[in-house]
Amino acid sequence: MQQDHAEAAGHSADFRKGLRQAKGTGRLSPSVERNVMPLFKPNNRFRSLFLFTALRSEEGYAAKDSYGGVEVSYRNQRILIIACFTIVPLALLVTFAYLPVVNMFRYSFTDWNGYGKTFNYVGFDNYKSIFTDPKYFSVFKVSLYYFFATFVQMGLALYFATILSFKVRGKNFFKGVLFFPYLLNGVAIGFIFLFFFKPGGTFDTVLQALGLDFLIQKWLLNPNIINVSLAGASVWRYMGFNFIVFLGAISSISKDIYEASDIDGANRWHQFRHIILPSIKRIVQLNIILSISGAISAFDIPYIMTGGSNGSNTFVIQTVDVAFKYGKVGLASAMAVVLLFIVVIVTLIQQLFVKEEK
Amino acid sequence: MQAAKPAARKNTQSHAVRYTVASIAKYVTLIVGALAALVPIIVVLFASLKTGAEYGSTGALTPPSNWLNFDNYVKAFVDGKMMVGFVNTIIILIVSIIGATFTGSMIAYILSRFQFRGKKLLLGAFLLATLIPSVTTQVATFQIINDLHLFNTRLAPIVLYLGTDIIAVYIFLQFLDTIAVSLDESAMLDGASYFTIYFRIILPLLLPAIVTVIIIKGVAIYNDFYTPFLYMPKSSLQVISTALFKFKGPYGSQWEVICAAIIITIIPTLIAFLSLQKYIYNGFAQGSEKG
Repeated sequence: MQQDHAEAAGHSADFRKGLRQAKGTGRLSPSVERNVMPLFKPNNRFRSLFLFTALRSEEGYAAKDSYGGVEVSYRNQRILIIACFTIVPLALLVTFAYLPVVNMFRYSFTDWNGYGKTFNYVGFDNYKSIFTDPKYFSVFKVSLYYFFATFVQMGLALYFATILSFKVRGKNFFKGVLFFPYLLNGVAIGFIFLFFFKPGGTFDTVLQALGLDFLIQKWLLNPNIINVSLAGASVWRYMGFNFIVFLGAISSISKDIYEASDIDGANRWHQFRHIILPSIKRIVQLNIILSISGAISAFDIPYIMTGGSNGSNTFVIQTVDVAFKYGKVGLASAMAVVLLFIVVIVTLIQQLFVKEEK
Repeated sequence: MQAAKPAARKNTQSHAVRYTVASIAKYVTLIVGALAALVPIIVVLFASLKTGAEYGSTGALTPPSNWLNFDNYVKAFVDGKMMVGFVNTIIILIVSIIGATFTGSMIAYILSRFQFRGKKLLLGAFLLATLIPSVTTQVATFQIINDLHLFNTRLAPIVLYLGTDIIAVYIFLQFLDTIAVSLDESAMLDGASYFTIYFRIILPLLLPAIVTVIIIKGVAIYNDFYTPFLYMPKSSLQVISTALFKFKGPYGSQWEVICAAIIITIIPTLIAFLSLQKYIYNGFAQGSEKG
């Protein structure tokens, strides 16, 4: 039973064996012993407390002026509260956000299989195979489908947000309905669209009812169409989020501006073009950039719906498979580093936009 | 466009006609959009209420003959052990949210109210972490979870939600800026300790921000598939996402049962959405401003 599930989770037989071995000996890998464990050893915790104490004692007197007579006890309290309130969040952050990145860089230069006690450093070999073997890098073109879908998504979100920011009957109903898909469980969405796109499923039935039978395709079996179908499901899922963000931004525009423009004879298009668009330009740009890094790291929907088959493999699905199915943690780490670089660059561009705004 | 403007002024009648046409077009697109959002879910509801034979013989858009046929729901809920999924999801949800509220508000309190050497570094460390997309680092995270003996325990997703999702820190930091420091200071004049100030003043005032954190984190955790899938493959530890995912293989041909399972998963989301609508809209609008 348990084996079946481990297999379902994509762990190879070798990998499980390694896991059992590691558990049997009760030994940690040397890297973890060195990097993680110190955080949990009591003597080290006290050492960091001591460090904080030392750190504070120099600046403690600075507080004297502001708090008059009570500065001495507050100074000690300060040290205590800073240490107490920082230690847990910081330990969690370092262990689960930064340590994986550091380890990932290290693994990317090795041929480690994920469970062996030894591995060899192979220099840039893993990176070479990513950029030279088309098998690995070509999946990036699948991201293009999600990238273009992003613009459809933004367009729809902007359109509905604009319309619903004016007087409309049933405003709350439409707002709720358009936003609701974003709140749904990822697996439920995957299944909803498996049902939607399956031969003779919802989509085919709708097309038939509209007399558009000739458009019917094998939506999830044809490698030329599958990514369009999956990107469509992705638009359905995420449009509501952009919509609600845009709606919030548009509704913060003062009503007076619309009234003034009405007097000047501006129509709705003019109002959109010259009032709404300029005031929410930044937030649209931000959302586009966020969606780009989302497109690059597309994972949930294709993984749940097709598992990456029929040409729907994305870079993240591939990375996960290489690591957990084929036990090539070294290579997978190099792929993850490449992805991390791309996403970080995109995010830095976004940060620049925010800075510009300020 | 420029030509349209004087034309519209010249002839108010044509302006009115155009206005009606635009208004009709507006409602048509809204209805099409609403249908596009709802139809994929409604057909799943239809299918979940059909018998096996009925499902095979009717189209997807045909409503069920008996709206009270819950056989598929019973089957999905019992055979798919969805109760186990709900219990595990709720445990992880509650512990993670309480944990995130405390760790997030503690570090935010320190970062917004105290000046000390290394503060900028600390703040930077928390802000920089959001740049790391956690899906890319799973390869290395897995080894850490494994080495800490957290694999196949509920603690694995909990510590990951606490350690890698830093959005709570952002929201609390933002909100703390709006709480006047003079409140802290007057409490200090009354001799309150920093701990008292945090528990008696800061934490209660943070309540609106805590609601936002509960909503954003709650939605993310309830819908997360990959973390429990990778770190808790044991069937007694399945959460709602992984319980639903397991229907894929064995029930491949019984879509009416899978559809019932989908609807069971959606119902809690729908109830939460209808009862907390206002907070949910505000929560996501606020959360998006973190940039």
